[in-house]
Amino acid sequence: MTQTSSIDPQLTSRPTRTSGRIARFLRRNEGLHSYLLMSPTLIILTIGVIIPCLILLVISFWTRAGIGFDTMPSLANYARGVNEPMFGILLGRSFKISGIATIATIAICYPMAYFVAFHVHRNKMLWLILITLPFWISYLLRVFAWKVILGFEGVINSSLLWLGWIEAPLEFLLYSPTGVIITLTHAWAAFAILPLYVSLEKIDKSLLVAATDLGDGPVARFFRITLPLSMPGVIAASFLIFIPTTGDYITPALLGGPDGMMIGNLIQAQFGAINNWPMGATLAIILMLWIAAVAVAFLYLTRLAQARIA
Amino acid sequence: MSAPTFLRRPNRVLSVYAILFLAALYFPILLIPLFSFNTSIYVRFPLEGFTTEWFGQLWDRQPMWDSLWASFKVGVPVSILSTTLGVLAARSIARDRVPGRSAVVTFIMLPLVIPTLIFGVALLALLSRLGVPLSLYTVAFGHLIVCLPFAVATLLPRFEGFDRSLEQASADLGEDGWWTFWRVTFPLVMPGIVASLLLTFTISFDEFIMAFFLSGNETTLPIYLWTQLRFPQEFPSVLALGSLIILFSLPLILIGMWISRLGLHEDTTKEAKT
Repeated sequence: MTQTSSIDPQLTSRPTRTSGRIARFLRRNEGLHSYLLMSPTLIILTIGVIIPCLILLVISFWTRAGIGFDTMPSLANYARGVNEPMFGILLGRSFKISGIATIATIAICYPMAYFVAFHVHRNKMLWLILITLPFWISYLLRVFAWKVILGFEGVINSSLLWLGWIEAPLEFLLYSPTGVIITLTHAWAAFAILPLYVSLEKIDKSLLVAATDLGDGPVARFFRITLPLSMPGVIAASFLIFIPTTGDYITPALLGGPDGMMIGNLIQAQFGAINNWPMGATLAIILMLWIAAVAVAFLYLTRLAQARIA
Repeated sequence: MSAPTFLRRPNRVLSVYAILFLAALYFPILLIPLFSFNTSIYVRFPLEGFTTEWFGQLWDRQPMWDSLWASFKVGVPVSILSTTLGVLAARSIARDRVPGRSAVVTFIMLPLVIPTLIFGVALLALLSRLGVPLSLYTVAFGHLIVCLPFAVATLLPRFEGFDRSLEQASADLGEDGWWTFWRVTFPLVMPGIVASLLLTFTISFDEFIMAFFLSGNETTLPIYLWTQLRFPQEFPSVLALGSLIILFSLPLILIGMWISRLGLHEDTTKEAKT
């Protein structure tokens, strides 16, 4: 494009005279031109993401004083975050719930992604749309649907009672970590399918043929070729589910009860009812640091595992 | 090249699994419309009888209409703005000679992965420091952050699967940059633009966390739904409203997803979704 557009500007039919020189300069500097086009997006994301996070970081060093803030930097909130067991418990529980939900989602979605990648030959697009469609339906409504299902007088309990299979409603379903895990698994399944599917679809079929020719059965073929080659998809899916779910607010708020409350609920409470913004900011920062640490550790471990296999 | 026979062989176990998977995926969502026509105010089996009473009750609620209108006032500008910005960004990212391309893409996709809650409280902190009063404008700004990654992800494959010789031909024939864009680029990426408009509108329409933190006096529909959720006696009307939201958003999503994939090579579709 740069070569062809160096055409004589006199020939162009609708040149804007004043901006002609700038336009020519930009055309010659494609990188600059691209950044200029991207700049509105980048500026908005800077204002909406980077600056707010920096402010959050600053506020996390403040302390609450009456109804205002004491802007004297201090580590008091971080000390509280480390010393008071409640914060550690909620953080640990968030990671545990998200971790289990992530593993469950991938275990459930992997066969489905495998099916679409290897056994669907026509209407692949239809299948992918069918699987990912629920992800676009209101998250709030999907979580609410599970409240309806898992409730004390909900779909599961009332059905089981009606059928006479149980005497009293099962209590562990709603307002418990179990309920949160079930709901998160369902809600994020559609999201996990795509990276899994992409990594499976990319696998060179001739490798599978080669393995078969060399005497591998279906099981050996799966564990020696398919699974290792689809690991990037598994890793991507793990991140895509684990990171957002640790900070989830809606699911634990609607279904968690006191035992299923997660760190997101506490952060919200600090900005809401408890009205201690600096503490809320500190918790948000601690959560992000932990997410980063877990992500790095996870990446490092998978690299190590891959290096050992290779 | 035809696939080897063992790949062509249908796998019955996996087929059954796929059907069960889809059933489990859709079952909870289908309960909402099912129970919205049930006469009992308790959401439980067995169903008692058929009624449209809950929809009628909903019709008479002014706060519901107000929040619905607010959702439109936020969603329409947000979808137009995020799609416009997405077009500009996707067009330049798709150019191969941009330095720092992957860093830019990662940055834009960040709001897709980081919990929205963190962005919500961070934006709230920024706005309160700046003394900006909370209103539908602040909600819209929050939604813009949430929608931008989706807009770029929807539009990027369009620009990447784009034959650049068409633009060069236009330039050779004497059109300047803007006319080339309007007469060549724009029609070619049009399906992506429509898809992005529909999908970002749906996201904004359903978004809860940002609206939860950044709403002023006027609230959007998901917030109204949330306030109703606290009262078990309101469950039937929540179910009715939920059914209507699903009924309304399903065609938007379906059309959006369908045209966003139409005419794309399999490869590029995959790239965008990772």
